[in-house]
Amino acid sequence: MEKVVFKRPEYMKEAPFHYCPGCGHSIIHRLVAEVIEELDIGEKTIGVPPAGCAVLAYDYFDIDMGEAPHGRGAALATGLKRILPDRIVFSYQGDGDIAAIGTAETIHAANRGENITVIFVNNNCYGMTGGQMAPTTLLGQNSTTTPGGRDKNRDGTPIDLSEMLAITRGAVYIERTAVNSIKNIRKTKKAITKAFKIQMAGLGFSLVEILSPCPTNWKMSPVDACRWIDDSVMQTFPLKIIKDETS
Amino acid sequence: MKGSEVIGEAAIRAGCNFYAGYPITPQNALPEFMSSAMAKLDDGTFIQAESEIAAINMVLGASMAGARAMTSSSSPGISLKQEGISFLAASELPAVIVNSMRGGPGLGNIAPSQGDYFQATRGGGHGDYRTIVLAPAYGQEIADLTRKAFEYADRYRTPVMILADGMMSQMMEPVIFPDPIDLTELPPKPWVLNGANGRPSRIIKSLILNTVEMEEHNWKLARKYEIISREIADAETYMTEDAKLVVVAYGTAARIAKGGIKRAREMGLRVGLLRPVTLWPFPERVIREMSRSVKDFLVVEMNTGQMLDDVKLSLEGRSNVHFYGRPGGIVSTPDEIAKVISSLYYRQHLEED
Repeated sequence: MEKVVFKRPEYMKEAPFHYCPGCGHSIIHRLVAEVIEELDIGEKTIGVPPAGCAVLAYDYFDIDMGEAPHGRGAALATGLKRILPDRIVFSYQGDGDIAAIGTAETIHAANRGENITVIFVNNNCYGMTGGQMAPTTLLGQNSTTTPGGRDKNRDGTPIDLSEMLAITRGAVYIERTAVNSIKNIRKTKKAITKAFKIQMAGLGFSLVEILSPCPTNWKMSPVDACRWIDDSVMQTFPLKIIKDETS
Repeated sequence: MKGSEVIGEAAIRAGCNFYAGYPITPQNALPEFMSSAMAKLDDGTFIQAESEIAAINMVLGASMAGARAMTSSSSPGISLKQEGISFLAASELPAVIVNSMRGGPGLGNIAPSQGDYFQATRGGGHGDYRTIVLAPAYGQEIADLTRKAFEYADRYRTPVMILADGMMSQMMEPVIFPDPIDLTELPPKPWVLNGANGRPSRIIKSLILNTVEMEEHNWKLARKYEIISREIADAETYMTEDAKLVVVAYGTAARIAKGGIKRAREMGLRVGLLRPVTLWPFPERVIREMSRSVKDFLVVEMNTGQMLDDVKLSLEGRSNVHFYGRPGGIVSTPDEIAKVISSLYYRQHLEED
């Protein structure tokens, strides 16, 4: 008797990802889908994809999905959740989406303690538009709009959005993880599970920031990109539980 | 009741169960009313949003979830909402947006104006779409059109704007409200996002990367707009049967024009009023038919000439089109309009039979 040890999660469609080789989105999509299946919430979960590479998330998740304008995920999720308080609502947003154009919506959703979950994928650049500087781009990091690397005086410094959100009174759980190693992928899944459970318990705003490789725009091999997260990205964005009001 | 409160009460009676907004004068009475009205409902949601943009996006989410959702603002705030309105139109989602127009451009002032006609009737945001625009002129009509706004939004799955101004919002008039509707008797919305429980999962989106599909989507919207144009274009006529000069005005400007027309009639001038109730779709058929007997139209607006374009487009050169406007928050008096009417009347030799 053969035992199935690995399969497509129930709430993922039979569609190949369009993401670049080595991109973290595919892994993170899968983790979210696995968590939704394990928590048995697939028939009552609504996802809100962003503008950016992950806008096509609705082609992969086999759950109800409502696309948000760039940066407005938390506001749109707020509207959905307030009308359907017994459903599970999550937004899926990149760093440009959430930490630049959508900063206000995100901070105020957290501050209101909206009972939603945010999956914040931080790859330190604008991926879909071709690798421009994001608010999370590291100092010295090259991008198509920071010739010679991000310069503090010219371009400002990387923004710690998760830490900013943590000081809002409505945020319940905020953790920063990564998907650049098996160990970190496991930890990320644990964090996503916890974030969804917090929403299921009605406790308030939960967010998981996930450091994610973008080999294409970083102009690195996937292996080097994963290594660069360890060596460089984590120096600016250390992995940690930033806030946990449940412990 | 103040016009803003009339909108609020009529919205609640139309089954509105979600409101998000941001404070801006001269329409603050509406969010204030909605905050307490929603609190009285079992399933009512009021959110004072952190921005106009957040408010319209909350409406976008609530609409996806099947709510009768509304937001309101005044001119500068409506500019900020345009991104969301474009997404509502693209994703074919119902919502009601109230604009109490004030003087502009820029921060302008807080006096009544009609400066946002172009923005409202041409879509306002990016992309190839239209928004249904309803322009009430009386307290009772504010109530009636608010009910209709929610009906049209659901029926056509498109955003509907109630285009008022600071005068309409703050003026107090007696109103008889229709009975509250029973939301459970409304047609189901087989497109809402509420969890794929026992049905295939759904997507609501506006991104269509394939140009062939995007073109088809644009034509689908265009066909819908054609149906809307045929079905709901509406206008009031007043003393037009024997008129040789017809004033075309909407909202507050139409009320004032009516006063001017009464005075002109007392002077023996054969003047009437055509008042578009729907600004988009514009009631072009009514005005075109009128041009068989009327050779002079006077467009009166509280701006420098915006609806003027639609009057000209409707007439296609069949009649003379004249204009009188007061922008910047200035509200004309009926006497002033009567003078404009009479000088035009004699200049065009309309007294000669």
